Amino acid sequence: MTMQPDLQANPNTILETARARVLEQGMGLSESQLVEILRLPDDALPATLQLAHEVRLKHCGEDVEVEGIISIKTGGCPEDCHFCSQSGLFDSPVRGVWLDIPELVKAAKETAATGATEFCIVAAVRGPDIKLMNQIKFAIDRINEEADINIACSLGMLTQRQVDQLAEWGVHRYNHNLETARSYFPEVVTTHTYEERLETCNMVKDAGMELCCGALIGMGETLEQRAELAAQLAALEPHEVPLNFLNPRPGTPLENQGLMDGKDALRAIAAFRLAMPRTVLRYAGGRELTLGDLGTREGLMGGINAVIVGNYLTTLGRPANADLNLLVELNMPIKELQKTL
Amino acid sequence: MNRVSTNATTGGTSGPTAAEFCGHCGESSDGGASATSDVHHTCEELLQLEPPRYCAACRRRMKVQVTPLGWSAECSRHGLLSP
Repeated sequence: MTMQPDLQANPNTILETARARVLEQGMGLSESQLVEILRLPDDALPATLQLAHEVRLKHCGEDVEVEGIISIKTGGCPEDCHFCSQSGLFDSPVRGVWLDIPELVKAAKETAATGATEFCIVAAVRGPDIKLMNQIKFAIDRINEEADINIACSLGMLTQRQVDQLAEWGVHRYNHNLETARSYFPEVVTTHTYEERLETCNMVKDAGMELCCGALIGMGETLEQRAELAAQLAALEPHEVPLNFLNPRPGTPLENQGLMDGKDALRAIAAFRLAMPRTVLRYAGGRELTLGDLGTREGLMGGINAVIVGNYLTTLGRPANADLNLLVELNMPIKELQKTL
Repeated sequence: MNRVSTNATTGGTSGPTAAEFCGHCGESSDGGASATSDVHHTCEELLQLEPPRYCAACRRRMKVQVTPLGWSAECSRHGLLSP
Protein backbone atom coordinates (compact mmCIF):
# COMPACT_ATOMS: atom_id res chain seq x y z
CA MET A 1 0.00 0.00 0.00
CA THR A 2 1.51 3.29 -1.08
CA MET A 3 -1.12 5.66 0.26
CA GLN A 4 0.22 8.20 2.66
CA PRO A 5 -2.21 11.12 2.56
CA ASP A 6 -1.09 14.29 4.23
CA LEU A 7 -3.37 14.50 7.26
CA GLN A 8 -2.50 18.16 7.72
CA ALA A 9 -3.38 19.22 4.17
CA ASN A 10 -5.57 22.28 3.96
CA PRO A 11 -9.07 21.51 2.61
CA ASN A 12 -8.76 24.39 0.19
CA THR A 13 -5.50 22.99 -1.13
CA ILE A 14 -7.03 19.53 -1.51
CA LEU A 15 -9.98 20.95 -3.44
CA GLU A 16 -7.80 23.21 -5.59
CA THR A 17 -5.67 20.23 -6.54
CA ALA A 18 -8.80 18.24 -7.34
CA ARG A 19 -10.20 21.09 -9.41
CA ALA A 20 -7.06 21.33 -11.51
CA ARG A 21 -6.75 17.59 -12.07
CA VAL A 22 -10.39 16.55 -12.55
CA LEU A 23 -12.30 19.58 -13.76
CA GLU A 24 -9.61 21.12 -15.90
CA GLN A 25 -7.57 18.11 -17.02
CA GLY A 26 -10.37 15.54 -16.99
CA MET A 27 -8.33 13.03 -15.00
CA GLY A 28 -9.70 11.12 -12.04
CA LEU A 29 -8.14 11.51 -8.62
CA SER A 30 -5.67 8.93 -7.37
CA GLU A 31 -6.51 6.60 -4.49
CA SER A 32 -4.54 8.70 -2.00
CA GLN A 33 -6.23 11.87 -3.19
CA LEU A 34 -9.61 10.20 -2.78
CA VAL A 35 -8.75 9.43 0.83
CA GLU A 36 -8.11 13.13 1.33
CA ILE A 37 -11.52 13.95 -0.13
CA LEU A 38 -13.25 11.40 2.08
CA ARG A 39 -11.51 12.88 5.13
CA LEU A 40 -12.49 16.48 4.46
CA PRO A 41 -14.31 18.15 7.35
CA ASP A 42 -18.03 18.79 7.26
CA ASP A 43 -17.56 22.50 6.63
CA ALA A 44 -15.79 21.67 3.37
CA LEU A 45 -18.64 19.46 2.17
CA PRO A 46 -20.59 22.14 0.26
CA ALA A 47 -17.48 23.13 -1.71
CA THR A 48 -16.69 19.47 -2.37
CA LEU A 49 -20.17 18.79 -3.71
CA GLN A 50 -20.03 21.95 -5.80
CA LEU A 51 -16.78 20.83 -7.40
CA ALA A 52 -18.21 17.37 -8.09
CA HIS A 53 -21.26 18.99 -9.66
CA GLU A 54 -19.09 21.17 -11.90
CA VAL A 55 -17.14 18.08 -12.95
CA ARG A 56 -20.34 16.23 -13.77
CA LEU A 57 -21.69 19.15 -15.83
CA LYS A 58 -18.45 19.64 -17.74
CA HIS A 59 -17.68 16.01 -18.48
CA CYS A 60 -21.14 14.38 -18.57
CA GLY A 61 -23.55 17.20 -19.32
CA GLU A 62 -26.75 18.22 -17.60
CA ASP A 63 -28.85 15.17 -18.56
CA VAL A 64 -29.90 12.62 -15.96
CA GLU A 65 -30.29 8.99 -16.98
CA VAL A 66 -33.35 7.26 -15.53
CA GLU A 67 -33.61 3.49 -15.10
CA GLY A 68 -36.04 0.99 -13.68
CA ILE A 69 -34.94 -2.35 -12.21
CA ILE A 70 -36.90 -5.52 -11.65
CA SER A 71 -36.27 -8.95 -10.25
CA ILE A 72 -37.23 -11.83 -12.54
CA LYS A 73 -36.06 -14.38 -9.98
CA THR A 74 -36.12 -13.35 -6.35
CA GLY A 75 -34.52 -15.13 -3.40
CA GLY A 76 -32.94 -18.55 -3.05
CA CYS A 77 -29.51 -17.41 -4.22
CA PRO A 78 -26.69 -19.87 -3.38
CA GLU A 79 -24.19 -17.05 -2.74
CA ASP A 80 -23.53 -15.52 0.67
CA CYS A 81 -23.18 -11.79 -0.03
CA HIS A 82 -23.58 -10.63 3.56
CA PHE A 83 -25.71 -7.61 2.70
CA CYS A 84 -28.27 -9.46 0.61
CA SER A 85 -31.70 -10.57 1.74
CA GLN A 86 -31.96 -12.82 -1.29
CA SER A 87 -29.30 -15.28 -0.20
CA GLY A 88 -30.79 -18.69 0.46
CA LEU A 89 -28.13 -19.21 3.12
CA PHE A 90 -29.55 -16.67 5.56
CA ASP A 91 -32.72 -16.66 7.64
CA SER A 92 -34.28 -13.87 5.63
CA PRO A 93 -38.03 -13.28 5.27
CA VAL A 94 -37.63 -12.98 1.50
CA ARG A 95 -39.24 -15.98 -0.24
CA GLY A 96 -38.24 -17.30 -3.61
CA VAL A 97 -40.47 -16.14 -6.44
CA TRP A 98 -40.32 -15.94 -10.24
CA LEU A 99 -41.92 -13.15 -12.22
CA ASP A 100 -43.84 -14.21 -15.31
CA ILE A 101 -43.08 -12.62 -18.66
CA PRO A 102 -46.38 -10.73 -19.11
CA GLU A 103 -45.80 -8.98 -15.78
CA LEU A 104 -42.23 -8.23 -16.79
CA VAL A 105 -43.35 -6.68 -20.06
CA LYS A 106 -46.02 -4.67 -18.25
CA ALA A 107 -43.38 -3.32 -15.88
CA ALA A 108 -41.08 -2.44 -18.79
CA LYS A 109 -43.87 -0.45 -20.43
CA GLU A 110 -44.67 1.34 -17.19
CA THR A 111 -41.01 2.14 -16.68
CA ALA A 112 -40.64 3.49 -20.21
CA ALA A 113 -43.66 5.71 -19.61
CA THR A 114 -41.75 7.51 -16.83
CA GLY A 115 -39.16 8.63 -19.37
CA ALA A 116 -36.65 6.01 -18.33
CA THR A 117 -34.22 4.80 -20.98
CA GLU A 118 -32.98 1.69 -19.19
CA PHE A 119 -34.84 -1.36 -17.86
CA CYS A 120 -32.65 -3.80 -15.98
CA ILE A 121 -33.75 -7.40 -15.49
CA VAL A 122 -32.13 -8.92 -12.42
CA ALA A 123 -31.94 -12.49 -11.16
CA ALA A 124 -30.70 -13.67 -7.77
CA VAL A 125 -28.37 -16.38 -9.02
CA ARG A 126 -24.68 -17.23 -9.01
CA GLY A 127 -24.96 -17.29 -12.77
CA PRO A 128 -27.71 -18.08 -15.25
CA ASP A 129 -28.62 -21.64 -16.26
CA ILE A 130 -30.17 -22.61 -19.58
CA LYS A 131 -33.70 -22.15 -18.25
CA LEU A 132 -32.99 -18.60 -17.14
CA MET A 133 -31.15 -17.72 -20.33
CA ASN A 134 -34.11 -18.96 -22.38
CA GLN A 135 -36.46 -16.86 -20.28
CA ILE A 136 -34.27 -13.82 -20.72
CA LYS A 137 -34.23 -14.29 -24.49
CA PHE A 138 -38.02 -14.60 -24.53
CA ALA A 139 -38.39 -11.55 -22.27
CA ILE A 140 -36.07 -9.42 -24.41
CA ASP A 141 -38.03 -10.26 -27.55
CA ARG A 142 -41.39 -9.47 -25.91
CA ILE A 143 -40.16 -6.21 -24.38
CA ASN A 144 -38.65 -5.08 -27.67
CA GLU A 145 -42.02 -5.71 -29.33
CA GLU A 146 -43.95 -3.62 -26.84
CA ALA A 147 -41.72 -1.05 -25.16
CA ASP A 148 -39.28 1.58 -26.32
CA ILE A 149 -36.51 1.15 -23.79
CA ASN A 150 -32.96 -0.19 -23.57
CA ILE A 151 -32.69 -3.55 -21.88
CA ALA A 152 -30.01 -4.26 -19.32
CA CYS A 153 -29.43 -7.49 -17.42
CA SER A 154 -27.90 -8.52 -14.13
CA LEU A 155 -27.65 -12.29 -13.95
CA GLY A 156 -24.53 -12.90 -11.89
CA MET A 157 -21.34 -14.41 -13.20
CA LEU A 158 -21.33 -15.36 -16.87
CA THR A 159 -19.51 -17.76 -19.12
CA GLN A 160 -18.04 -16.43 -22.34
CA ARG A 161 -20.83 -18.15 -24.29
CA GLN A 162 -23.47 -16.43 -22.16
CA VAL A 163 -21.79 -13.06 -22.62
CA ASP A 164 -21.82 -13.59 -26.36
CA GLN A 165 -25.47 -14.64 -26.32
CA LEU A 166 -26.59 -11.59 -24.34
CA ALA A 167 -24.66 -9.29 -26.66
CA GLU A 168 -26.19 -11.00 -29.69
CA TRP A 169 -29.69 -10.63 -28.23
CA GLY A 170 -29.22 -6.91 -27.96
CA VAL A 171 -28.63 -6.47 -24.25
CA HIS A 172 -27.48 -2.90 -24.02
CA ARG A 173 -25.78 -2.94 -20.65
CA TYR A 174 -24.79 -5.63 -18.16
CA ASN A 175 -24.64 -5.04 -14.42
CA HIS A 176 -22.16 -6.84 -12.24
CA ASN A 177 -21.04 -4.95 -9.15
CA LEU A 178 -17.68 -5.11 -7.45
CA GLU A 179 -19.66 -4.10 -4.32
CA THR A 180 -16.65 -3.33 -2.15
CA ALA A 181 -12.89 -2.93 -2.19
CA ARG A 182 -10.75 -5.92 -3.07
CA SER A 183 -9.21 -5.78 0.41
CA TYR A 184 -12.63 -5.94 2.09
CA PHE A 185 -14.37 -8.34 -0.29
CA PRO A 186 -13.56 -11.52 1.69
CA GLU A 187 -15.33 -9.98 4.70
CA VAL A 188 -18.50 -9.62 2.66
CA VAL A 189 -18.58 -12.59 0.29
CA THR A 190 -17.00 -16.02 0.72
CA THR A 191 -18.71 -18.08 -1.97
CA HIS A 192 -16.93 -16.43 -4.85
CA THR A 193 -13.98 -14.14 -5.32
CA TYR A 194 -13.37 -10.57 -6.36
CA GLU A 195 -11.39 -11.90 -9.29
CA GLU A 196 -14.37 -13.93 -10.50
CA ARG A 197 -16.42 -10.75 -10.53
CA LEU A 198 -13.72 -8.92 -12.45
CA GLU A 199 -13.60 -11.73 -14.99
CA THR A 200 -17.28 -11.29 -15.86
CA CYS A 201 -16.90 -7.51 -15.99
CA ASN A 202 -14.03 -7.74 -18.43
CA MET A 203 -15.82 -10.24 -20.65
CA VAL A 204 -18.84 -7.93 -20.81
CA LYS A 205 -16.68 -5.02 -21.91
CA ASP A 206 -14.79 -7.09 -24.45
CA ALA A 207 -18.11 -8.21 -25.99
CA GLY A 208 -19.12 -4.60 -26.60
CA MET A 209 -21.87 -4.31 -24.02
CA GLU A 210 -21.82 -1.33 -21.70
CA LEU A 211 -20.61 -2.36 -18.26
CA CYS A 212 -22.55 -1.26 -15.21
CA CYS A 213 -20.40 -1.98 -12.19
CA GLY A 214 -21.35 -0.60 -8.84
CA ALA A 215 -20.56 -0.16 -5.22
CA LEU A 216 -22.29 -0.78 -1.93
CA ILE A 217 -20.85 1.42 0.77
CA GLY A 218 -21.49 1.54 4.49
CA MET A 219 -20.75 -2.15 5.12
CA GLY A 220 -18.06 -1.45 7.69
CA GLU A 221 -15.27 -0.69 5.25
CA THR A 222 -12.76 2.01 6.19
CA LEU A 223 -12.50 5.32 4.36
CA GLU A 224 -9.30 4.01 2.83
CA GLN A 225 -11.16 0.99 1.52
CA ARG A 226 -13.88 3.25 0.16
CA ALA A 227 -11.21 5.14 -1.74
CA GLU A 228 -9.67 1.84 -2.83
CA LEU A 229 -13.02 0.75 -4.28
CA ALA A 230 -13.47 4.03 -6.15
CA ALA A 231 -9.98 3.69 -7.61
CA GLN A 232 -10.55 0.05 -8.55
CA LEU A 233 -13.81 0.96 -10.28
CA ALA A 234 -12.09 3.81 -12.09
CA ALA A 235 -9.43 1.41 -13.34
CA LEU A 236 -12.16 -0.86 -14.72
CA GLU A 237 -13.67 2.06 -16.65
CA PRO A 238 -17.33 1.03 -16.48
CA HIS A 239 -19.92 2.98 -18.40
CA GLU A 240 -22.02 3.26 -15.26
CA VAL A 241 -21.47 3.01 -11.52
CA PRO A 242 -24.58 2.53 -9.39
CA LEU A 243 -23.87 3.73 -5.88
CA ASN A 244 -25.74 1.84 -3.16
CA PHE A 245 -25.82 2.61 0.56
CA LEU A 246 -26.28 -0.30 2.93
CA ASN A 247 -29.86 -0.84 4.00
CA PRO A 248 -29.34 -3.50 6.70
CA ARG A 249 -31.69 -6.35 5.92
CA PRO A 250 -33.26 -8.62 8.53
CA GLY A 251 -31.66 -12.02 8.77
CA THR A 252 -28.45 -11.09 6.95
CA PRO A 253 -25.02 -10.99 8.63
CA LEU A 254 -25.08 -7.19 8.26
CA GLU A 255 -28.52 -6.69 9.77
CA ASN A 256 -27.06 -4.93 12.82
CA GLN A 257 -24.72 -2.68 10.86
CA GLY A 258 -25.96 0.86 11.39
CA LEU A 259 -26.85 3.18 8.56
CA MET A 260 -23.91 5.18 7.31
CA ASP A 261 -23.75 8.87 8.15
CA GLY A 262 -25.44 11.08 5.56
CA LYS A 263 -22.48 13.45 5.28
CA ASP A 264 -20.12 10.52 4.75
CA ALA A 265 -22.45 9.33 2.01
CA LEU A 266 -22.38 12.73 0.32
CA ARG A 267 -18.57 12.85 0.58
CA ALA A 268 -18.50 9.41 -1.04
CA ILE A 269 -20.70 10.62 -3.90
CA ALA A 270 -18.36 13.52 -4.52
CA ALA A 271 -15.30 11.27 -4.24
CA PHE A 272 -16.68 8.75 -6.75
CA ARG A 273 -17.41 11.58 -9.18
CA LEU A 274 -13.90 12.94 -8.71
CA ALA A 275 -12.51 9.45 -9.33
CA MET A 276 -14.59 8.96 -12.48
CA PRO A 277 -15.37 12.29 -14.14
CA ARG A 278 -17.05 10.81 -17.23
CA THR A 279 -18.90 7.82 -15.79
CA VAL A 280 -22.65 7.63 -15.32
CA LEU A 281 -22.95 7.78 -11.52
CA ARG A 282 -26.31 6.48 -10.45
CA TYR A 283 -28.21 6.77 -7.22
CA ALA A 284 -29.19 3.23 -6.28
CA GLY A 285 -30.47 1.41 -3.20
CA GLY A 286 -30.45 2.76 0.31
CA ARG A 287 -30.38 6.48 -0.49
CA GLU A 288 -33.85 7.03 0.96
CA LEU A 289 -32.73 5.85 4.40
CA THR A 290 -29.21 7.22 4.34
CA LEU A 291 -29.82 10.60 2.74
CA GLY A 292 -33.53 11.32 2.92
CA ASP A 293 -35.16 13.92 0.69
CA LEU A 294 -32.66 16.70 1.37
CA GLY A 295 -29.67 14.45 0.83
CA THR A 296 -31.15 13.16 -2.41
CA ARG A 297 -31.21 16.70 -3.70
CA GLU A 298 -27.67 17.41 -2.47
CA GLY A 299 -26.33 14.32 -4.20
CA LEU A 300 -27.93 15.31 -7.48
CA MET A 301 -26.16 18.65 -7.08
CA GLY A 302 -22.95 16.88 -6.05
CA GLY A 303 -21.98 14.50 -8.83
CA ILE A 304 -24.90 12.12 -9.37
CA ASN A 305 -26.25 12.06 -12.94
CA ALA A 306 -28.55 9.04 -12.97
CA VAL A 307 -31.29 7.58 -10.80
CA ILE A 308 -33.16 4.34 -10.34
CA VAL A 309 -36.77 5.38 -10.55
CA GLY A 310 -39.32 3.94 -8.16
CA ASN A 311 -38.67 0.68 -6.35
CA TYR A 312 -35.68 -1.60 -6.01
CA LEU A 313 -35.57 -5.39 -6.10
CA THR A 314 -37.01 -6.19 -2.68
CA THR A 315 -37.46 -2.77 -1.11
CA LEU A 316 -39.35 0.35 -2.08
CA GLY A 317 -37.90 3.62 -3.29
CA ARG A 318 -39.22 7.14 -3.36
CA PRO A 319 -42.34 7.54 -5.48
CA ALA A 320 -41.25 7.89 -9.10
CA ASN A 321 -42.94 11.27 -9.38
CA ALA A 322 -40.96 12.61 -6.43
CA ASP A 323 -37.68 12.06 -8.26
CA LEU A 324 -39.02 13.13 -11.64
CA ASN A 325 -40.44 16.33 -10.17
CA LEU A 326 -37.16 17.00 -8.41
CA LEU A 327 -35.30 16.74 -11.72
CA VAL A 328 -37.68 19.30 -13.22
CA GLU A 329 -37.15 21.56 -10.22
CA LEU A 330 -33.38 21.26 -10.55
CA ASN A 331 -33.64 21.94 -14.28
CA MET A 332 -32.01 18.62 -15.10
CA PRO A 333 -33.44 17.09 -18.29
CA ILE A 334 -33.96 13.36 -18.50
CA LYS A 335 -31.62 11.74 -20.99
CA GLU A 336 -33.56 10.75 -24.07
CA LEU A 337 -33.53 7.27 -25.51
CA GLN A 338 -31.90 8.12 -28.83
CA LYS A 339 -28.95 9.62 -26.99
CA THR A 340 -28.09 6.29 -25.42
CA LEU A 341 -28.37 4.16 -28.56
CA MET B 1 -49.93 -1.89 10.16
CA ASN B 2 -50.56 -4.27 7.34
CA ARG B 3 -54.24 -5.18 7.56
CA VAL B 4 -56.01 -7.98 5.75
CA SER B 5 -59.35 -9.64 5.93
CA THR B 6 -58.79 -12.53 8.31
CA ASN B 7 -61.64 -14.52 6.83
CA ALA B 8 -60.48 -14.26 3.26
CA THR B 9 -60.25 -18.04 2.85
CA THR B 10 -63.94 -18.46 3.57
CA GLY B 11 -64.86 -15.78 1.12
CA GLY B 12 -66.04 -13.51 3.88
CA THR B 13 -66.80 -9.89 3.07
CA SER B 14 -66.73 -8.36 6.49
CA GLY B 15 -63.88 -6.03 5.49
CA PRO B 16 -60.46 -5.49 7.00
CA THR B 17 -59.92 -6.40 10.62
CA ALA B 18 -57.07 -5.63 12.96
CA ALA B 19 -53.93 -7.51 11.98
CA GLU B 20 -52.90 -10.47 14.12
CA PHE B 21 -49.28 -10.24 13.05
CA CYS B 22 -46.88 -7.55 12.02
CA GLY B 23 -46.28 -7.57 8.27
CA HIS B 24 -42.66 -6.54 8.77
CA CYS B 25 -41.33 -8.75 11.57
CA GLY B 26 -44.05 -11.38 11.78
CA GLU B 27 -44.44 -11.02 15.53
CA SER B 28 -47.81 -10.70 17.22
CA SER B 29 -49.57 -7.42 16.80
CA ASP B 30 -51.52 -5.90 19.65
CA GLY B 31 -53.24 -3.29 17.57
CA GLY B 32 -51.07 -0.57 19.04
CA ALA B 33 -52.72 -0.73 22.44
CA SER B 34 -49.81 -1.69 24.67
CA ALA B 35 -46.27 -0.62 25.41
CA THR B 36 -44.93 -3.44 23.27
CA SER B 37 -46.60 -1.93 20.26
CA ASP B 38 -43.75 0.58 20.16
CA VAL B 39 -41.76 -2.17 18.46
CA HIS B 40 -44.28 -2.26 15.67
CA HIS B 41 -44.32 1.50 15.33
CA THR B 42 -40.78 1.10 14.04
CA CYS B 43 -42.00 -1.72 11.82
CA GLU B 44 -44.72 0.54 10.47
CA GLU B 45 -42.12 3.15 9.59
CA LEU B 46 -40.03 0.51 7.85
CA LEU B 47 -43.09 -0.63 5.90
CA GLN B 48 -43.08 2.76 4.21
CA LEU B 49 -39.98 1.60 2.37
CA GLU B 50 -40.60 -2.11 1.96
CA PRO B 51 -43.54 -4.36 1.31
CA PRO B 52 -44.86 -6.65 4.07
CA ARG B 53 -43.18 -10.04 4.18
CA TYR B 54 -45.53 -11.78 6.61
CA CYS B 55 -49.24 -12.35 6.28
CA ALA B 56 -50.99 -10.27 8.91
CA ALA B 57 -53.60 -12.96 9.38
CA CYS B 58 -51.51 -16.12 9.76
CA ARG B 59 -47.84 -15.04 9.83
CA ARG B 60 -46.94 -17.13 6.81
CA ARG B 61 -44.11 -15.67 4.76
CA MET B 62 -45.63 -14.27 1.61
CA LYS B 63 -44.42 -14.38 -1.97
CA VAL B 64 -43.58 -10.76 -2.65
CA GLN B 65 -42.96 -9.24 -6.05
CA VAL B 66 -41.64 -5.71 -6.29
CA THR B 67 -41.81 -3.85 -9.59
CA PRO B 68 -40.52 -0.36 -10.36
CA LEU B 69 -43.91 1.19 -9.76
CA GLY B 70 -45.66 -1.24 -7.46
CA TRP B 71 -45.60 -4.41 -5.42
CA SER B 72 -47.77 -7.36 -4.51
CA ALA B 73 -47.62 -9.93 -1.73
CA GLU B 74 -49.36 -13.26 -1.80
CA CYS B 75 -50.15 -15.54 1.14
CA SER B 76 -50.77 -19.12 0.11
CA ARG B 77 -53.78 -19.17 2.41
CA HIS B 78 -55.10 -15.62 2.49
CA GLY B 79 -54.52 -14.49 -1.05
CA LEU B 80 -53.11 -11.42 -2.68
CA LEU B 81 -52.26 -8.17 -0.97
CA SER B 82 -51.25 -5.03 -2.83
CA PRO B 83 -50.97 -1.36 -1.93
